[in-house]
Amino acid sequence: MSAEASGIAGGRPLVQVKNLAKTFDVSKPWLNRVLERNGRQFVHAVDDVSFEIAKGTTLALVGESGCGKSTVARLLVGLYQPTRGQVLFDGIDTAETLRSRSARTLRRRMQMIFQDPYASLNPRWSVADIVGEPLKEHGMVEPSGDAAGQAPSRRLRARVAELLQSVGLAAADVEKYPHQFSGGQRQRISIARALATHPEFLVCDEPTSALDVSVQAQVLNIMKDLQRRQGLTYLFISHNLAVVRHVSDQVGVMYLGRLVELAEKKTLFTHPRHPYTRMLLDAIPDIHMSGRARTPVQGEVPNPLQPPPGCTFNPRCPHATERCRQERPALLPSGHTLVACHAVQEGRI
Amino acid sequence: MNAPLLEVRHLRVEFPTRLGTLVALDDVSFDIAPGEILGVVGESGAGKSLTGSAIIGLLDPPGRVAGGEVRFDGRRIDNLPYEDMRKMRGRHIGAIFQDPLTSLDPLYTIGQQLIETIQTHLPLSTVDARERAIRLLQETGISAAEQRLDQYPHQFSGGMRQRVVIALALAGEPRLIVADEPTTALDVSIQAQIISLLRRLCKEQGAAVMLVTHDMGVIAETCDRVAVMYAGRIVEIGPVASVIHAPAHPYSTGLMGSIPAMDEERERLLQIDGAMPRLTAIPRGCAFNPRCPRVFDRCRVERPDLFDAGATRAACWLHDSGVEKAA
Repeated sequence: MSAEASGIAGGRPLVQVKNLAKTFDVSKPWLNRVLERNGRQFVHAVDDVSFEIAKGTTLALVGESGCGKSTVARLLVGLYQPTRGQVLFDGIDTAETLRSRSARTLRRRMQMIFQDPYASLNPRWSVADIVGEPLKEHGMVEPSGDAAGQAPSRRLRARVAELLQSVGLAAADVEKYPHQFSGGQRQRISIARALATHPEFLVCDEPTSALDVSVQAQVLNIMKDLQRRQGLTYLFISHNLAVVRHVSDQVGVMYLGRLVELAEKKTLFTHPRHPYTRMLLDAIPDIHMSGRARTPVQGEVPNPLQPPPGCTFNPRCPHATERCRQERPALLPSGHTLVACHAVQEGRI
Repeated sequence: MNAPLLEVRHLRVEFPTRLGTLVALDDVSFDIAPGEILGVVGESGAGKSLTGSAIIGLLDPPGRVAGGEVRFDGRRIDNLPYEDMRKMRGRHIGAIFQDPLTSLDPLYTIGQQLIETIQTHLPLSTVDARERAIRLLQETGISAAEQRLDQYPHQFSGGMRQRVVIALALAGEPRLIVADEPTTALDVSIQAQIISLLRRLCKEQGAAVMLVTHDMGVIAETCDRVAVMYAGRIVEIGPVASVIHAPAHPYSTGLMGSIPAMDEERERLLQIDGAMPRLTAIPRGCAFNPRCPRVFDRCRVERPDLFDAGATRAACWLHDSGVEKAA
């Protein structure tokens, strides 16, 4: 897995994100703008983000609330239209394809798992309907009888049962409704639904943050097993660095809409370069460091409506200089890491 | 060790429902000494928050304390009349809740809320109370406290609001603080600030703290002792380091193993199959027996009490040496 993780093996990476940006218009209504003499207001939720994910590997995006990681996830699967930049999936531009006739084929190849297993399953549908819907929608159960001569509905049911078993649920669960399951089991149903169309790429937006730790362990283990068995590629969004360390091959750290550091997992966790990454790693309470006094981080994430000029991290950064307050650093290679920091580039830290 | 400030003995909480009486907490006993931080961990539905609510007398009806007792400084508080308990809360027992947004009244300024709380519990004039409010805000790390006193909660960020909530809880100089998931709604960097603040203030004021959380990392960094709860009972209680590194109860072992660690690589996480039983269907014998890897016949029939298990006490028949000491 580590050879592939470098992104070079296997030729073209499965997912390429190039200078992706998403701006949301959060202006007040026209009348208020005229009366109060305010201009339009924009939030740059994602700004100039680029990365690649090789087939069969996992890229994790981490960051605190409001850093734009979920927006990236939604841009990737086409739930949002990018303002600038593009997402290439297996070499094809997703935004363009999703508007064209071949949208269906592309949708089948990438699926998403959402954070809240309570809100993402329709409570009035049985599990057979929930997991079977993508199969019907994409015509993955042939209408005519096959060699065994089974009716399509029987085969649909058999396929759903097979999917449920692949995520560790019982085939008999097809009859049940979401309220009869616990949170972890519901998240497995979401995974089964996402797997129904034989996708190559899964976007997982905080798939375990609503779950208890012992259940989280069950779900993470299933996701890893599936990756090994079916060669799945994941984009894994999380705010929990310990979980990220467990599942990922590459890690991207986001801050206020920008990628500030991107590296192999091992490099990032052993040699974090960006001051924000260091701060995040420092801030995590870890059960194996009992008694260690940690350095509390100063300040909070600034208002994304008025991000500070220059490097957006500069008001909280212990290494900030005049240059950091004026010039925005680009994501540049430094050793085996890509990092957006003047201090690192100048060799100050 | 000095005399415990809070003594909980055989606490039992019941919810009478249409389907019969549900026992949400059963035979929960522990002590907290002055200046000590006791962590209470468990998964959702284990009864950890309920333990906190029962102690501060804020059980949601129809929940009620059905047995056992809670003693504060030697005095029973679980059977106090509502008005007396209301005076205890805030003055002697402070409470911090999970969501800093809903713990503050959006229609009043931070200053009004703080001053009201201070004057309710301490005999101070408005001017003195205001001064004390400013000092409290400063202690919790809010800069420009004088100006911020006249702002409304919506003008504060999540981390700042939680600081205000802590200031409110400390306003009456309580000797015991019950903090229910105080950092769960916050980002990690803010969480670190709040935890170190809580720890510092408790040490300075010598207050005892009961910290309820599901985050073992927070427990490891903050607490002196920890109680692990499962299906309404304490399954293990002991010093933090022992419970984390050498847990005696199979559930604690599974819980610790299922947490992805920062400093070691594992291909698979240890997993406990199944889920916590519902209150309507708690298994006979040890409640953990259907999920336990080391289950034997006795576990399915008889319920274990807390036994001495090395440095900790665990409710597991594996540690029954026959020489049981009184609880």
